Order: sequence, then C-alpha cells, then structure tokens
Amino acid sequence: MSEETLITGWPDLASLVLSFKLAAITTLVLLIAGTPLAWWLANTRSRFKPAIQSLVALPIVLPPTVMGFYLLVLLGPYGAIGSWWVELTGSTLTFSFTGLVIASCFYSLPFAVQPLQGAFESLGSKEIEAARTLGASSPDAFFSIVVPLSAPGFLTALVLSFAHTLGEFGVVLMVGGNIPGETRLISIAIYDHVESLNYAAAHVLALTLLGFAFLILLTMFVFNRRLRRHA
Amino acid sequence: MHSEPQEQHRLNIRYALKRAAFSLDVDVEFAMRGITGVFGPSGAGKTTLLRCIAGLERPDSGRLVANGSVWEDTDARVSRAVHKRRIGYVFQEARLFPHMDVLGNLRYGQKRSTPVESAIDLEQAVALLGLGSLLGRAPATLSGGEAQRVAIGRALLRGPELLLMDEPLAAIDDARRGEVLPFIEKLHTDVGVPIVYVSHNIDEICRICDQLAVMDNGRISTQGNLQTVLLQTEVACLSGREAGAVLDAAVESYDSSDKLTHVVAGGSGLWVPGETGPAGTALRLRVRADDVSVCLERPRGTSILNVLDAAIERIQKESSGTALLHLRVGSNVILARVTQRSCNELSLSPGTNLYAQVKSIAVRNSLG
Repeated sequence: MSEETLITGWPDLASLVLSFKLAAITTLVLLIAGTPLAWWLANTRSRFKPAIQSLVALPIVLPPTVMGFYLLVLLGPYGAIGSWWVELTGSTLTFSFTGLVIASCFYSLPFAVQPLQGAFESLGSKEIEAARTLGASSPDAFFSIVVPLSAPGFLTALVLSFAHTLGEFGVVLMVGGNIPGETRLISIAIYDHVESLNYAAAHVLALTLLGFAFLILLTMFVFNRRLRRHA
Repeated sequence: MHSEPQEQHRLNIRYALKRAAFSLDVDVEFAMRGITGVFGPSGAGKTTLLRCIAGLERPDSGRLVANGSVWEDTDARVSRAVHKRRIGYVFQEARLFPHMDVLGNLRYGQKRSTPVESAIDLEQAVALLGLGSLLGRAPATLSGGEAQRVAIGRALLRGPELLLMDEPLAAIDDARRGEVLPFIEKLHTDVGVPIVYVSHNIDEICRICDQLAVMDNGRISTQGNLQTVLLQTEVACLSGREAGAVLDAAVESYDSSDKLTHVVAGGSGLWVPGETGPAGTALRLRVRADDVSVCLERPRGTSILNVLDAAIERIQKESSGTALLHLRVGSNVILARVTQRSCNELSLSPGTNLYAQVKSIAVRNSLG
C-alpha cells in the first residue's frame, strides 16, 4: 500500500506524521540552541540572569493562546519576524509549517533548557577544571566531560521537548490554523473530530497520543535510572 | 619564545588579587626543581596561589614566568590558557572522571599532550604508582588513597614541566595516607618533575619538601631552604606545637640486638629506632622542640639515648611563659622548648654550653 492510499484510507495519518515531524525538528533545534543558553544560565553571574530565566520559563505559566496570539502578531506578514520573512522568501510564516516550527521552539524552550541547566549546575566545575589542567580546551572539556556526565539531563530535555511539542494545541492553532498536510496537527485533528461529534475517530487519535506519551516518559525514566546508576 | 638563561628552572610569581574577604599579594621566586612546600594556616591563600599558577583563577594584576616563558602578564595583556600551560594539577579530592575507568582517566591527559622527552609513559606511571591492578576499575570503587594515586598518575602523564599539588592528602583518612605519601616522594626522585606542594600539615612538609615558603594572610612571610625556614620561629605558624628542626642524616650502623640504628647528622651521632637501611642511606630526621630538654651538666642515669653537646645560639621568649632555644649541635641547629623559669634558674644565655636531651626523633626515609 502506498503512502498516498494510506493517507486517503486514513486521513488522520497525515496529521500524525506532521505532528511527529514537527516534534522531531523542534527538538533538534532546541537541543542545538538550548544547550549554549542552558550553559550560560548555569554559569553566568550576570545580573540579567533572573530576567532571561523568567523569559525562558514564561511558556510554562502563560496560557497557550496568549503566546499564540503574540507569536501570530510577531510572525504575521506585518510582524517583526514575519515581514522580514516575506521579504526574504515571498511567503508568509503564519499558517505554514515553518511558522509552526518557530512557534514550537519558543513554546517548548523551557522543557529543553531547564533540565540541561539543572544538569550543568549539579555537575559543577570540578571535573571541568581537572580536564582543563590535563590539556583540554574549553570545547574539548565540554564534549568529553560535560556532555557524557550530563547525559540524563540531555535525555530529559530531548524527551520533554519532543513530547511537549507533540501535545501542543493552543499555540499551533493560533499560528498554524488547520490546513491538512501543512499545519493540521494531531491535536487539532482531535478537536475537529470532537466538534463534528466523531468520537470514534477522536478516540483513535487520542489513544495513540496517550499511549505514545506514556511510552516515551516511561523510556526516559527507565533510562535515566540506568544512567544515574552508571555515573 | 625567547628565554633568558637565568630564568631557566625558575618560577617567578608576582600576583595581586582582591576578593570579598581576602586578598593575595605575593612576589616570590620558586625553584623549578625539587619539591617546594607552601605551608600556612587554612585561608592563607595557598590554594588561590596554586590556582593562579595553573590559570584556573586570574589575578587582578601580576606576572608569572615559568622556565623563562611568560604565562601571565596583566600589563602586557598576556594570559596563557589553562590547557596551554604544561602543568599537572592534583586537587584535594581526586576529581577522577566518573564515566571513564582508571585507564581512561590516565590516558585523558596523555592523549592531549605532545610527547615530550621528560614525560613518563603509561607503563612507567603504572609501575611507579602501583596502579597495575586498578586499570579496569571504575573511579567510584577506589579507596581515597587509590583514587589520589590515579589522579597523580593522570597528572604526570600529561608530561608537566611543573606539578602543582593542593593538599593531596587532606581528603584521605590518616590510616590511608601511607598509601600515597611514599609515592609522592618517589615522584621527586624517579621522575624529576618539580613540584609545588601546598599543605597545612607541617609533618607532610617536613617529610617531602626541600624548599619551603610560609604563607599567611595572602602573603609569603618567609621562604627558602626547608631547614633554614623551619628555624624562623618568629613566624607565627612555625612557632606553635609543631615547632622543630629537620636534619639530614646518613645511616652508619644497625644494632640488631637493640633494634636501633646509629646515624650521623652534621657531625653528631644519634640513635634512631628501627632499621632504616644499609650504611650510607640518607635519612631525614625531624626533632620537635617539645621533645628536647636541656641540662647544664652531662646527665647521668638517664633513659634518654640521645644526649648531645650543644651551645645556645639565641633565645626566643614566647608569650606562653616558654622560650625556644636555638641550639647549635655540630653543624646543625635544633630547637628546644623550655619554660622561662628554667631559663632564669639555669641562667641560660646565648653562648651557654649545655647538653640537649632528645626524647624522640621522627625518621623519614631517604629522599635520595
């Protein structure tokens, strides 16, 4: 059976694939961008630290619609980022997959940064100093000492960003809308099914998401226990 | 980099640094050979000094020249990065990398260093520090003494031109110190790497160092040859209960029936307990001021074996009603602590000839 027939056979599959794709890309971006940010937060004595830390944590407490609203304004064709994007590419960020990735990165940022920051803080500087006196440059010490010793933090950051992005609704609805194959994510598909009283279809998707969320959290806790035991 | 010949084998340190409740202000030259002890009470700034030499901390102003090359010069805005200073650093805690086994730890520094002639290889380090049975072990399974030996090996395999040791025995319980100290002594004789050894334990210092700098309140109060510095009893931390002299001696003969060894130090014969090696073996003796008493006449019927002809060089009164006598014995000077009342009753003064009774002598084995 080709992908085409699969999708026509079960239209929600496109939403499922899209959600996973979004979560994977967001997680990748966040691990790359969130690591230096978390490192800075863990080590800085700057007076801006509390402010930056609060900004990073905002998505945890803000209603997703508030974040979604501001992101919509920011990414829209007349917004700061959106207008620049239109000039650069000719297309708008809002109601596009790229716009969703940008929005998700903001929304899931604390779920990547906080576990990493915690891991870096609890590691302290002792082993790093030892590595430096043994001839390791700062980046060398980071990759040979900090990364392996912070493995549980990286795993937590990865799982939480992925799972959190997979489950988001308010922000993506505001920024992405409901375009099948482009911005119609699994959570939006579930909402649609419920609206149209198609509970059976909603059940299938909701159960898939529930099962998956439980599975990756379980994997994380099992692995983290093992990693801690070895460290 | 261009280097002046007179700067070879020298470590020139000039640092000024201010922290909230502490300031460091030193201007000192250490020999880049042998073991230089840095001794002083906790909080004196010994660790900060060592961290500055390593580059782990930056002075507010200052200059550091090692073997003729400039590692730090705040005026010229020169500061060599930590990993580019060829040092080995042994911390108070071993700081082994928990995600690597012992072998991985040992190789970490070695892999990151260009091979140099003076460096020892893995096999030598393992043999020197007795690490053979530990190579596959995880750091978490090692005893404190074992872990610190691995840390020393790891630092040595970096091929350092200077080894910095910051109270390497402080975190190890007394019973296990013996698992490490002899190995540190061997570093000096077998590897020849110069060591700066920080400690607040005068016994350790006396046992292994040949140069000594005393630090107090962020400053170096005195510095020089170990024997000479130990006699500067005006320096607060050298005048307390641990005041004493260190003598270099050589074994002459062993009396197996009484289990005593006769040794000669500076022309005077002494008996020390136990068998300490064949004739000619170099020994270091430590004689604490509290273990020496004096008599104006040669004592008779005393249980004390070591009674030495001595002359008072000077008398230093102490606030506690005691006095430290500096006694010339042959070519050495030892210290004796007596009460000021005894001083007066015996009319002791510089030049007085008398007999020193040495109640106990601590013997350190050869430093080669």
